[in-house]
Amino acid sequence: MYHNRISEFVAGLLFGTGLIVSGMTDPAKVLGFLDLAGAWDPSLAFVMGGAVLIGFFAFLIARTRTLTLLGGALHLPKATALDKRLVIGGLVFGAGWGLAGFCPGPALVAMAMGQPKALVFVLAMLAGMQLYEMLERRTSTR
Amino acid sequence: MMIDWSNFTPWAALAGGVVLGLAAALFILVNGRILGISGIVGGLLTPRKGDVVWRLCFVAGVLMAPVSYRLIATVAAVHIEAGLPTIVVAGLLVGFGTRYGSGCTSGHGVCGLSRLSPRSMVATLAFMGAGFVTVLLVRHVMG
Repeated sequence: MYHNRISEFVAGLLFGTGLIVSGMTDPAKVLGFLDLAGAWDPSLAFVMGGAVLIGFFAFLIARTRTLTLLGGALHLPKATALDKRLVIGGLVFGAGWGLAGFCPGPALVAMAMGQPKALVFVLAMLAGMQLYEMLERRTSTR
Repeated sequence: MMIDWSNFTPWAALAGGVVLGLAAALFILVNGRILGISGIVGGLLTPRKGDVVWRLCFVAGVLMAPVSYRLIATVAAVHIEAGLPTIVVAGLLVGFGTRYGSGCTSGHGVCGLSRLSPRSMVATLAFMGAGFVTVLLVRHVMG
């Protein structure tokens, strides 16, 4: 039981560390990648590259399994539809990302680093997520 | 397009990316879950029995990262040029958009692309595209 909890914590720690090492906790660096018309910093592409390099093999292995290494359930996403939600959600998220240079993960780490603006971002993000939940409740029977 | 050589950090980026990949690998192979921050955090807003503690453990790890990192190295400075109103709007958009689109840079970008998921490829193109356009507008068209 506890093995899972420890592993989840370690994964979070590794994730946060990876963000710090790669410089992704600095919005200026992220915006530098998104600024194609200005001085372009390709670093983010290298971050993705490094991550997918490892991830590719991990998911290759995961695909062949029905259980995790701890013998637990393996939850791989089953959705396949390329629908409007996917695209609109992506566009809305991307717009927000381009405005502040923060996405969920880096914002959490920056907040933990004591950045007041990151805390404001996280609170606003939670509010945005809650708005989504309210919309979902209105348009479905739960 | 001119390359910002003074800020381009290929090795740190690659190394950090590899660590991110390892985190995702650990999460799927040991915990059986997609390392998608928007999903993990978003799920805390509709808590269900047995579905909360694991999320808190993961988030605790993320929040601990800068604390533990500082024990061995200095964390690089964080530069946030956006003002508070922009931060709030950005947060709302990111919060809503990631949930509506079922993922963010970690879920779709890292895990989804690693899985060769067509959904994630589309999502990544969408948020990257919107990101590029937004920065173009903010930095080069407006003001």
